[in-house]
This record gives sequence, C-alpha cells and structure tokens, in this order.
Amino acid sequence: MTPALVFDGLLALLAVAAAMAAIGGRDLFGSVAFFIVYGLLIAIAWVRLDAIDVALAEAAIGAGLTGILLISALARVERTASSGESGEGGRLAKIAAALLCAGVAGALAWAALALDPQGAGLTPLISEALPQAGVGNPVTAVLLNFRAYDTLLESIVLLFALVAVWSLADDGNWGGLPGLRQHARSDGVLATFGRLLPPFGLVVAVYLVWAGSENPGGAFQGGTVLAAIWLLVAMAGITELPRVSSLPLRAALVFGPAFFLAVGAIGALAGTFLGLAPAAAKAIILAVEAGLTLSIAATLALLVAGSPQRTQG
Amino acid sequence: MSGALGHSATLFALTGAALVGIGLYGFVARTHLLRRVLAFNVIGSGVFLFFGATGFRRPDLGADPAPQALIITGIIVALSLTALALALITRYAALSGRSSLEDEAPDDEAPDAGDERGGG
Amino acid sequence: MIAVTACLVLPLAAALAAIPLGRRAPRLALVAAPLILLAALAVATEIWRTGPAQLPVGGWLPPLGIALVVDGLSAAFLLTGAIVTGAVVLFATSIFSTPDRETRAGFAFWPLLLAMWGALNAVFLSGDLFNLYVALELLTLTAVALVALDGRRETVAAAIRYMLFALFGSLAYLLGVTLIYARYGALDIALLRILAEPDAPTFVAAALMTIGLAAKTALFPFHAWLPPAHAGAPAPASAMLSALVTKASFYIVVRIWFDVLPVAGNEALAMILGAMGVGAILFGSVLAIGQERLKLVVAYSTVAQLGYLFLMFPLAGSGGEAQPWAAGAWNGGVVHALSHAFAKAAMFLCAGLFAEAIGHDRMDGLKGVARTMPLTVFAFGLAAISLMGLPPSGGFTAKYLLLTAAFAGGNHFFALVMLAGGLLAAIYLFRPLERAFAKPAEGSDITPIARWRQAVPLVLAGAAIALGVFSAVPFDLLRIGRADAAQEGLE
Repeated sequence: MTPALVFDGLLALLAVAAAMAAIGGRDLFGSVAFFIVYGLLIAIAWVRLDAIDVALAEAAIGAGLTGILLISALARVERTASSGESGEGGRLAKIAAALLCAGVAGALAWAALALDPQGAGLTPLISEALPQAGVGNPVTAVLLNFRAYDTLLESIVLLFALVAVWSLADDGNWGGLPGLRQHARSDGVLATFGRLLPPFGLVVAVYLVWAGSENPGGAFQGGTVLAAIWLLVAMAGITELPRVSSLPLRAALVFGPAFFLAVGAIGALAGTFLGLAPAAAKAIILAVEAGLTLSIAATLALLVAGSPQRTQG
Repeated sequence: MSGALGHSATLFALTGAALVGIGLYGFVARTHLLRRVLAFNVIGSGVFLFFGATGFRRPDLGADPAPQALIITGIIVALSLTALALALITRYAALSGRSSLEDEAPDDEAPDAGDERGGG
Repeated sequence: MIAVTACLVLPLAAALAAIPLGRRAPRLALVAAPLILLAALAVATEIWRTGPAQLPVGGWLPPLGIALVVDGLSAAFLLTGAIVTGAVVLFATSIFSTPDRETRAGFAFWPLLLAMWGALNAVFLSGDLFNLYVALELLTLTAVALVALDGRRETVAAAIRYMLFALFGSLAYLLGVTLIYARYGALDIALLRILAEPDAPTFVAAALMTIGLAAKTALFPFHAWLPPAHAGAPAPASAMLSALVTKASFYIVVRIWFDVLPVAGNEALAMILGAMGVGAILFGSVLAIGQERLKLVVAYSTVAQLGYLFLMFPLAGSGGEAQPWAAGAWNGGVVHALSHAFAKAAMFLCAGLFAEAIGHDRMDGLKGVARTMPLTVFAFGLAAISLMGLPPSGGFTAKYLLLTAAFAGGNHFFALVMLAGGLLAAIYLFRPLERAFAKPAEGSDITPIARWRQAVPLVLAGAAIALGVFSAVPFDLLRIGRADAAQEGLE
C-alpha cells in the first residue's frame, strides 16, 4: 500500500459516505449540503485521475451549479408544498430496492474487473492526430475538433433546457423578469462584493477559455465563472437580469450555438460537415469557444434565475 | 483491470459502481421529488467516475482524453436535465402543494376545454 | 452529401432562429419544413442511386471521430419523420400563432418542435453510440417540455413522471455506452460490428442499453408514464410523441441489436423483450378499451402497438444459423414502426380536431361527428384500418410479415398474441367510430373546423395506407445497407 493509494482509499470512502448521507438523510437541506461536499470530493478524485478539465467541470457545474439549483428549488418548493416524504414504501419494498441496487453495482464491478488491464482506449490515436487539431490540450481537441459534433449538440441541449424552463412560467408573467425580486442593501457586503469581484472574475473566465486550448479549462468552465459573476452583480442589486422577451438577451443566448452551427454548415459547403482546415483550426476553435462562453454564461445565469416570475422590477 | 487493487483506477472504478448503486436506491426508494433529482445526479457522477477510472488503466500513458471529453459533455447534459426536472417540480409544487407524485391513475376529470388552448 | 448535413443543420438552425424571432416563428417553420422534407427526399434518392454511405464528421474517421450513417433504415425514418413533422407544423400554425402579443405557449412551442425535429434527424443519422446519447437527450428535453406545455397540474405531473422514466433510461443507456468504450475503445457502430465479442462487459452493456431504451420507448412494464403524457400534451405535440419520439429510442435498439452486437443479442434477452412486447400488446389493448376519453384511447393504443415492435427481436430468430424468415421479421418490425407513425400522428391530430369542435375529448361527445366532420372521421377510420392491421395498409403488411415469421419459426404463441391484439384493436377503435356514426345528441353545438386542417390528418392516414399498397417501395429502400443479422437472424 503506497501513501497515494491510502489517500485515494480515504477519498473514496468519504465520497461514498457523503453520497449515503445525501441520499439517506431526513432533512433535505442537509442532504443538498452533503451533495455539494460529495461533488467537491469527486472533483478531487478527478484530480487524482489526472483529469483536471473534468475536475474543473465537476466542481463548477456538477457540485456548484447543480447545488445552487437544488437549493433554490428547495426554497421555492418549501414555500408552496408540504414537505413530508409521505408514502414511502414498506420495509420489504426497501429491502428489494436495496438488493436490486446492490445487484447493479455488483454487475458493474464484475464488468470492470473483466476489462483488459492494458486497454489504452484512444490515447495513442489522439496523440497522433493532435498536431492537426489546432489546439494542444487533447481534451479540448476532442471536444472542439474530433468530436465537435457532440459539443455542438450539447450546447443546443443546454440552451433548450432554458427554453423548457421558461415554458413552465405562469402565463401572466410571460415576457417578464426571471427570478424573484432581490432585496440587497446598497451598502451591504453583497453589494461590495458585487462591485469588487467582477473584474477579477472576468479575468479568470477569459483565462480559462484562452488557456483551454493548451491547458485545462474551456468554454464551459469559463462560462460558469462568468455566469456566477453576473448573478452576483444581479443579487447585489447593481443590475437587473433582463426580461425574457429582451431581444439582445435572446440573441446572446443563441449566438454561440448558432455560430458553431454556421461553422459546421460552412464546412459542409466546402466538403465536410464541421471540417476545420488544420491551418485555420486554432483560430476557428477560439472563436467558437468565445461565442460559446458568452452564450453558456447567459444560459447558466438565467437557468439559476428560473422562469419569469414577475412583470415589474 | 485485474482483480488486485493495484492502483487507483481500479479503486475509483469500484467506487463509481458503488455510487451508482447508492444513487439508484435513492432514485427508486425515496419519494420526495427533489431527493430523486439529487439521486439522479449521484448516479450520474458515479457513472462518470466509473468511466473516467476505466480510462486511466495505463497511468504510463496518462488519462485517456476521450472519456474526459465525453464526461464533460455528460456533465452539461446532466445539468440541463436537472434544471428542467427542478423547474417541473417547483411548478408542480406551486400548482398542487405537493412535493411528491400522487399514486393514483391519471386524472380523468381534467377541465373540458383545456386541450386546445395553446395560443392562449 | 450536402443533403445529409441539411437534414441536421436546417431544423436546428430554424430552432435557434425561432427563439429571437418569437411571434414570427410560425412563418419561419412554414418555410423550413418543406426544405427539410426536400433534404430528406434527396438523401433517400441519393442512397437509392449510390448505396449506403458513411460520412465522418469533421473528416475524422472513427474511432477518433463520429461518423454519420446513411442507409435504407435511416432514410426511411428521416422521410417518415419529415412527412409527419411537416404535417404537424402546418396543423399547429392555427393553434400556436400569436399575431399581436407573444404568449408563453405560443413562444415555446416552435423552438421546441423544431429542436425535436433536429434531434430526431440526429438520432436517425448518427453512427456513434455516445453521439446518439446526446441527440436522445435533446429529444427527451423537448418532449418533456411539450408534454407540460398546457401548464395544467395534470400535465405537469405527467411530464414529471415521464421525466423520471427518461432520466432512468438515459443513465442506463449511458452506463452501457461507457462499458462499451471501456471494453473496445470505440463507439462507432460499424467498427463495433467487427470488434464485438460475447463476453461479460459486452453482455452487461447490451442489457443496460436495451433496458434504458425500453424505458424511453415506454415498453411494458415501463409504460405507465406514456398515456397521461401523450394524452395531456397539445394535439400536435401528442402526434410527435406517439408517432416519432417513441420510435427514436426503438430505432437505436434496432441498430444496437442488429448492427452492433448481434453476438450479444442472446436468446434469453430476446425472449425477455418478446415477453415485454406481449405484455404491452395485451395490457395496452385491454386498457384502451376501457377509456372514456378519446386521447387516452389513442395513447393506450400506442402502448399496445409499441409491443409489436419488440416481437421483432425473438422472431428474427436465434439458433446460430441463417434463418430465411429473419428478414421478414426485421422488415415487419420496421414497417410497423413507420406505418404506426403515420397512423398514430393522424389519429392524434383527428382527436385534436374533435376536441376543438366539441369542446372536450370525452367519447360521448363524438356522437354524430361523422355528419359534421366527415373528412376527419374518414381520416380517423383510415388510420384505424392500419392500426387494426386490415388490408390494404402498412399495418397489414407489417403484421403479415411478423405473423409469417412467427409461424415459420414455430413461435405460435407470438402469432396468437398478434392476432388477439388485432382483434382488441378493432374493439377499442370501433367504440369511437361507432359513436361518430351515431345520431347526433340534441342541442350539441359544434365549432366548425376549416377544411384544410381536416385534410392534414387525412394525408397522414393516407400515407399509412399507401405504405401497404405500394409496399415494394419501402422494402427496396430498407434493403439498402441492411445489416447481415437482419437478413440471417440473430446468433
């Protein structure tokens, strides 16, 4: 047993314990807190697995944003609904469920242990093709060149999650302002943060996107940071989020995926859907990432704010 | 991935499998809708961890970039689904005052003219 | 092939543009729909002339990149999807148009519908298991949102139920995909066909993917979410959901079983799928008979009809050697999926028109509509013929093929269930038709429906019939690039 393995074993135990606490707890708020801790532990596991890009995405999106979404949903649900977890199945049903779940986990473990320990996946092929990809970070190369089509569809998935969330608004509030009214004091701590942090956040976000071509980072991680800043500024009462009917807002939401799609279509006209000439690949990928970052930031911020709740500011 | 816990990849693959099991239990056995969404996310990250760990079988070559990219895509997709599920649940709570689904069959007595008022 | 790209790019571009366009989105959809239909036709004619094709996206060959697959199966689904969705676009312009001020449902419907179309085409063209996952999630997202579009408590509850099954289904599928990658280092369907071996990871992966997709297809016993969701959605959305969305996940099952992993398609798993299909046919049909609301009858009928699709797997045979009836079972299953798409879309649009005319969708209100809305009743009747499996219709051709395969393979039980299913369909579809031809009730007042709108479902029902009359055309199309296992049987 090496010290590294001991550390990893402890990390795995903590993650499993946090997950059990999040699933099994009685108080939902506590469960969400455990869930966020769990996400951060998983992010550390990603660092241990040498996957820094995933660690950043897991910490920012898997733990952070998902946690915030869960907390704000919990606040809204508890205002309107009875909170009891009524009608949970009897003891027998629970034992049956537990056995089923243990079976699934066991089957997975069995399959994992049956894998070839020398399996290298696509690592050699990716290293070989990397010089033609236009970027030095292999993960970015997969995301924005080799499998750019996945990423294109994924950016559209995220945007349509927002459209779907909006479609659940009250008819009367349509076209109005997203989220609930904020009551921040203009001399409070939040307002001070709201004025101080944006320049730093902006630098971090731009760095994450720019560095993503060579080092860990990218549009999704950078977009999350931008979204957080925008929300902070809005929560501090310095600006209002725009109305969902606002044309500039809608243009900003659509711009990134639309530009990406246009790049794909132009490639098709030149012979290959989403084809990037190696010489131009870096410039095109950076442009696509910049567009995506803007749209992702706007989409994520509005996803957290939720569907239009009021027509007056 | 031979049976011996030779290095961390095997350990994290098994952790991922365990997390899938734990999350699945929450998803099927708990009734509060928010907890079921939370459980969905636990299963999701278990699947990703499992996937990422199997992509780290050869530490000499480094982590396979392909699973990493697919996992980042998967995290965004999971976030999108989570956001929609949570919006549905808050809407349902506002309309019904409930935080878990009723067990009875679909309501046969829905309002009469409600079906075609999409333009409204 | 520029037409293939057009099938992907056009609906997605239109979906994106619909967001800022707002009130002008219906006009955009009316322009985009014929273009997408043309692109689908161009794809079909091109592979008819030159055979199946594999198009690496971005020029990166699998396993590094993603390849699109264009063969008879994908072209047939692309075309069916384009015809049905085109009709739905036309039909919906009179429901979701907001000339003066943008409304919630009027805004949301168009981008969601167009994105759904893009997601369907992406599924039908993708040759990569993970890419299929992303496309399938776009489809799920739009489908769930359309179920909830009415905004009533019941429909939001139905959408949540649907969402829970869909979340379970996507995780199971995704888990299977990760196992496949871990085992083979590839996600491409054509590559996996060469690489696949019958071992532990492959078997677990195939089972997980199949279970996940069955949940998304609403195969019995995962069907509970379907009737409230499909019946609660606005009629044009119901048509899309029943006709196409359930077929997308079925389509992937067909790809996995016949194209990717014929070796993993082991006999026991095929029999389980067949048993679930039997359960769907019997359970769905019996419950359809008892419904008092037309849309619920049609929705339970979908549960039953989806069952036939999964009989294809046990009927395509097992036993290890070439089986002459396997091609019949495969053709039967696929043609059933296509003709059900046309017939069921027609039926939901008819149900929507009836509900608009009489103000509700309870069955007793249908009394006498044959006099006031003969076109719609005629369309409903034609669609019913195909669903019951009466000649000449696509439904008849499909069931005939499946029955022949069942008798040839000695699967008499499946044949018996199919015959019973046809009889039960006749009963549950006879009930609304009988009322339509009854004497109108006193003092029932009916909102008149424009004739062109009544013609839309008639065209779709006509397509379901035409699929049987001109059955040589789909057969020739489907033969292009068909997997060996679809001709010789699963191992």
